[in-house]
Amino acid sequence: MSGERPAGQDAIASSEPRRRRRDRSGDARRGGTLLARGEPFVWLTGGALMICLAMILALLALVLAQGLATFRPLPVVRLETTAGPVMGEVTRRERLPAPEGAPGPTTRRRLVRMGNFELTGEHFRWVDDGAVTAESRPEWALVVERTAWGRFYGELRGLDVAGEPAVTDPATAWRRLPRLLAEVDRRRDARRRLESRDIGAVNRRLEGARLRARAAELRGGADSPVHRAALAALARAEAAGEAEYARLRARIAALDAENGRYALLLATADGVERRLPLADVVRVYPANRLGAAGRLRVYLSRWGEFLSAGPREANSEGGVFPAIFGTVMMTLLMSLAVLPLGVLAALYLREYARGGAVVSAVRIAVNNLAGVPSIVFGVFGLGFFCYILGGGLDRLFFAARLPTPTFGTGGVLWASLTLALLTLPVVIVATEEALAAVPGSMREGSYACGASKWQTIRRIVLPRAMPGIMTGMILAMARGAGEVAPLMLVGAVKLAPELPLDAVWPFVHPQRSFMHLGFHVYDLGFQSQNSEAARPMVFTTTLLLIALVGALNVGAVLLRRRLRRRFMVSQF
Amino acid sequence: MAAVAAGAAGSGAPEVAVTENDRAAVPGAGPAGRPAGSRLEAAARGENVAAVVHESIARETAVLEVERFCLWYGVKQALFDVSLAVPRGRVTALIGPSGCGKSTLLRSVNRLNDLLPSVRVSGDMRLSGDSIYDSAVDVIELRKRMGMVFQKSNPFPMSVYENVVYPLRIDGERDRRVLDEVCERSLRGAALWDEVKDRLHESGLGLSGGQQQRLCIARAIAAEPEVLLMDEPCSALDPLATARIEELMTELKGDYTILIVTHNMQQASRASDFTAFMYLGRLIEHGRTADLFTNPRLRETEDYISGRFG
Repeated sequence: MSGERPAGQDAIASSEPRRRRRDRSGDARRGGTLLARGEPFVWLTGGALMICLAMILALLALVLAQGLATFRPLPVVRLETTAGPVMGEVTRRERLPAPEGAPGPTTRRRLVRMGNFELTGEHFRWVDDGAVTAESRPEWALVVERTAWGRFYGELRGLDVAGEPAVTDPATAWRRLPRLLAEVDRRRDARRRLESRDIGAVNRRLEGARLRARAAELRGGADSPVHRAALAALARAEAAGEAEYARLRARIAALDAENGRYALLLATADGVERRLPLADVVRVYPANRLGAAGRLRVYLSRWGEFLSAGPREANSEGGVFPAIFGTVMMTLLMSLAVLPLGVLAALYLREYARGGAVVSAVRIAVNNLAGVPSIVFGVFGLGFFCYILGGGLDRLFFAARLPTPTFGTGGVLWASLTLALLTLPVVIVATEEALAAVPGSMREGSYACGASKWQTIRRIVLPRAMPGIMTGMILAMARGAGEVAPLMLVGAVKLAPELPLDAVWPFVHPQRSFMHLGFHVYDLGFQSQNSEAARPMVFTTTLLLIALVGALNVGAVLLRRRLRRRFMVSQF
Repeated sequence: MAAVAAGAAGSGAPEVAVTENDRAAVPGAGPAGRPAGSRLEAAARGENVAAVVHESIARETAVLEVERFCLWYGVKQALFDVSLAVPRGRVTALIGPSGCGKSTLLRSVNRLNDLLPSVRVSGDMRLSGDSIYDSAVDVIELRKRMGMVFQKSNPFPMSVYENVVYPLRIDGERDRRVLDEVCERSLRGAALWDEVKDRLHESGLGLSGGQQQRLCIARAIAAEPEVLLMDEPCSALDPLATARIEELMTELKGDYTILIVTHNMQQASRASDFTAFMYLGRLIEHGRTADLFTNPRLRETEDYISGRFG
């Protein structure tokens, strides 16, 4: 039908509005309209992405900058102030509005870490610039990190052996020190081994005998033959134990005595002389004499201690190795619990359940579980896992130890199960999506070969869905490793005396409390007595936690990539 | 073996086995009696239409017999009293326009339609005399007696070797020697052995389209099924690969019975021994391919084959 109209309609046609064909011939050359080119939206979407990236990078930069600077050895300054001399490291500077009568509009003040807590009663002190009359950097000012009482700042005067000053010249003393420190370290390690391993073994034998006596009492009644026999055995064990104790204590005393002979002679800022036993010294260095290499060595040594040693000084110094261990172990246990549970649940929902109101309701419930505040999971874990399940286990198997709870209190097992519950919705949803994405043609091919439903799932569907399931696992691990609130109720502690994994049978101790990096950050930031000293450690621990979670993620992503390549090579 | 049973639950007209020399024996059945296309119009109206089955079918031994088979997707009926005999050791092609129910019929043979929740069936099918739709039948065991090749090749995400021996593995076979032997035999049977014998343990997904389809054929014949079902196996392939698969069908047909659904008339006439023409869920005509294509009994069949519709 062409555009010809009957003649009589022309008059009517011309009064109707007609869409005029726009002349588009020049548009392509001129580049079209701005809107057609889409440029405003490039700015909009790109801008949004930049804002997100900027926030993430700012967070990472802050954590990196603060975290990496914590272990930097600073120079020691000696400030002569109107209130007396102060010697230490300057950790912070602040600018304040000046008080009345000051020369300028603002004054500066410095936060000096002066240590020597047992002498001065404070770790840090603010010093106003206006109050400082003289400033110097003593050549032989030493920073001493100790096993107790925090840091000590003093000038090296000499070495002390068995109460007599053996060396009175700082240079000579410093030359002799490394060998002496090494020997003292060896004896200290030997002493520690005696305490933890050997005395620990004696303790365990005695504990075992006591428990057997109590168990016999519970079984047979007080004063029954079994009970009396067990009591006799206990008495014998105690006697043997006493003798062993005495022997071990004598050895420890000998080591202590030998170590006690050596000491550093230091003078504080006030001129007070102090004798510091070498056995108390963890690290010592002359801050103002260090070159770049020396500073790097101290820095790396502190990092090494951070990653491999336990905490000192109420967690404000030393390392976080138990926390790293606890975090990794708990995350692994949690993954072990959540993966089979979540995958099987998702399998049922997707493969076996007939669609309907009930299945939809279950799905909605699972999704909503992800919105429950994590502390509620902690309360549930405490009530159900610790008190009900743990209490039951205690009554059944560990009655002899009651009223001290074994499983009836927080521990790494209950914490892992609680967090597994928390991350369950993530795994279920991700697994369901992965299962739904398996092409129906593959399933049909399997059924046509005569496979049953379970064979099809096991051999075709699950391997094909594995990359998606891994994604769910990654998300779950990342979420679980960072959760702190529920852990506070079900097993994370400020300081755990033992690791949940050690060389004592049964090697894995799921009932023990553990330390956790996230909880450690909270503890450092808010529960620490020496908060100024602990603050930099907050950032360092955060940096470590980010690195740990990042490493777990990267590992899982690599695993997923390998699985993807094996199962999803697409055809052309 | 069985004479084709009467269909006609609705219309009341008796089924007639038209002899080779007979043309217009039944009033209104031949092209001379009714206007052309009226059977199809009747089908479109919803009536049951009697099928015309050549006597050559009755002379063959049937391995698969479909008896008055009806299928509903929910409330919509897709197959109307289909009765069909698939002769042993021969290739039978199902042709017809889109939506005529050929794929549905094929999938019903190995009860793949059971996987769809809204499907309802009536009537029966027999495989070598054993009922397929009886309530006591173990579907898994039944499916092991048949092999199926789909329109789009669907190799599993495993190595070529594992793909081919999959039917044996799920049956519990673990003897490595048996599996190796079956793998080679099936791949040779599917004319794929020379191309993949050096890469048996590489992923099956890395083969070309034609090779993947032949891999699926190898998998389908690995368990030596009684019937090989093929649902438009060449529609996604180029002419060269199609030719190879048709060659394959010719080689296989003595040992295997093949039931193939195809859109491609030329393929049906080249590669099959018997052809059944379906329309709107009903069997219209069924006979030897040579007869159907050169001398069809019904005008409707002739119209479809010559491309006047469909």
